[in-house]
Amino acid sequence: MSEDVKVLSIEAKLGLDVFDVDKEPHITVDFSICETCEQKHCLYVCPAKLYQLEDGKLTYNYEGCLECGSCLIACDKKAVKWNYPRGGFGVQYRFG
Amino acid sequence: MSEKFDAVVVGAGPAGSTAAYVMAKAGLNVVLIERGKYAGSKNMSGAQLFSAPLEKIIPHFWNEAPVERRVIGNRIVLLSEKSYVAIDFRTDEFNKHPNSFTVLRAKFDQWLAKKAEEAGAMVITNYRVDDVIKENGKVTGVVVGSDKIPANVVIAADGALSFIAEKAGLRGPLHDRQFAVGVKEIIELPKEVIEERFNLDEDEGNTFHFVGDCTMGMQGGAILYTNKESLSLGIVVLIRDLKERQIQVADVVEHFKRHPFVKRLIKKGNTIEYSAHIIPESGIHMMPRLYSDGILVVGDAAGFTLNSGFLQRGMDFAIESGALAAEAVIEAHKKNDYSASTLSIYKRYLEESFVLSDLKTFQKAPLFMENKRIYGLYPQLVCDVFEKIMKIDGTPKQLTYKILRNTMKGKVSLLTLIKDGLGGKGAL
Repeated sequence: MSEDVKVLSIEAKLGLDVFDVDKEPHITVDFSICETCEQKHCLYVCPAKLYQLEDGKLTYNYEGCLECGSCLIACDKKAVKWNYPRGGFGVQYRFG
Repeated sequence: MSEKFDAVVVGAGPAGSTAAYVMAKAGLNVVLIERGKYAGSKNMSGAQLFSAPLEKIIPHFWNEAPVERRVIGNRIVLLSEKSYVAIDFRTDEFNKHPNSFTVLRAKFDQWLAKKAEEAGAMVITNYRVDDVIKENGKVTGVVVGSDKIPANVVIAADGALSFIAEKAGLRGPLHDRQFAVGVKEIIELPKEVIEERFNLDEDEGNTFHFVGDCTMGMQGGAILYTNKESLSLGIVVLIRDLKERQIQVADVVEHFKRHPFVKRLIKKGNTIEYSAHIIPESGIHMMPRLYSDGILVVGDAAGFTLNSGFLQRGMDFAIESGALAAEAVIEAHKKNDYSASTLSIYKRYLEESFVLSDLKTFQKAPLFMENKRIYGLYPQLVCDVFEKIMKIDGTPKQLTYKILRNTMKGKVSLLTLIKDGLGGKGAL
């Protein structure tokens, strides 16, 4: 049977969205706090999977951020410093 | 920009644009500031718009607004891993008197902001409001980059995260048990396929609300709405549950899409956009202070959403609260007094309207919804019971009640079931 429902990777899904990425990140993560964090809730709540573990270390990339706010709410350690991108930058929904 | 405005509205979603529209119509000098390139460019929801509040302000708005389909039904689906049991409601009444429409926010919000502009509001896009100006405890305008925009009153319509309400000191920190995250795909399909597959006439639409396996037992649900030439497929999961279960939310979407009976509905569709946003889930229990000297909070920023189990409401609350905030500001303008005591009329208007009335009527809903059995055990139980009723396998059949009791055995007591049922009576 041919694949009627295509399985899309998260990278492919984000590739469908229009972004106007600012030079300055609108979200910054204090990784020194993350080093002491066992739970790392951010890994689960980000719909864009922008929080990743590489060799046991947390990484974050603000490009591809959908500006949903989940990581801000999920982080108990207050390691996430959150702002909206500057006016006009960030995700641009065509449908929403 | 040193001109002093009567009102500055932060955020051009349904709440902000409605507020700006109503105030501009009344002749006030209003500026509406939106951080996106265009109104709606940052906004996503299901999206089902209940028409009554906007209909009062712009009669028969659907004749000019970019709505997708007129919703004539709602299917509530209890989902187990391989089965479902559904209640399918439809009425021709909603063809005669539209009750709600599916919309795509990037288009709809743009239209509503345009209406505010046509009514005389100044609409500024591409600018992020960074802070409020405070003088002697009163809010007297907003800060945009290095500019200050003075105004008699600020309306915070900046959505669920409302940094404006926070900066004005009207709300405290946000909690993971009060917020869910909604993740959505727009799936493109030809118009004819949608109408055929969902048994719809032209312009008619349907909404599906799922509970159960769609969220892998976590608090939340899923939606599938019909648009003109696309479907809106989404899941909503409580942030606290994602943390506890350590399940990646993007994977929940894929899990839902692969359900045997969901797969059929989206067959051969192409995903064309992927979006997400947090959703306030605790209604009246998470409400910030709604007003203070020189400021009012409306829509999602005020936590005005309601999940009654059968429906998810937000935009109708946003529009109504935006209009009522505008009315309060118009009163304040007449008196030339923008103090908290004059603006407190906003709270009274909300209490007299469906906004606070519905949030009070359903105030037990958020706690009731925390019952995990709703998302795992019960949908599974209902599906299992129906399967046993339907299955004829050559062995003697049992009475339906016996099937129910046998299926419940070891999973849930009759007392718990009754208690949960009674809990729902006072909550939904």
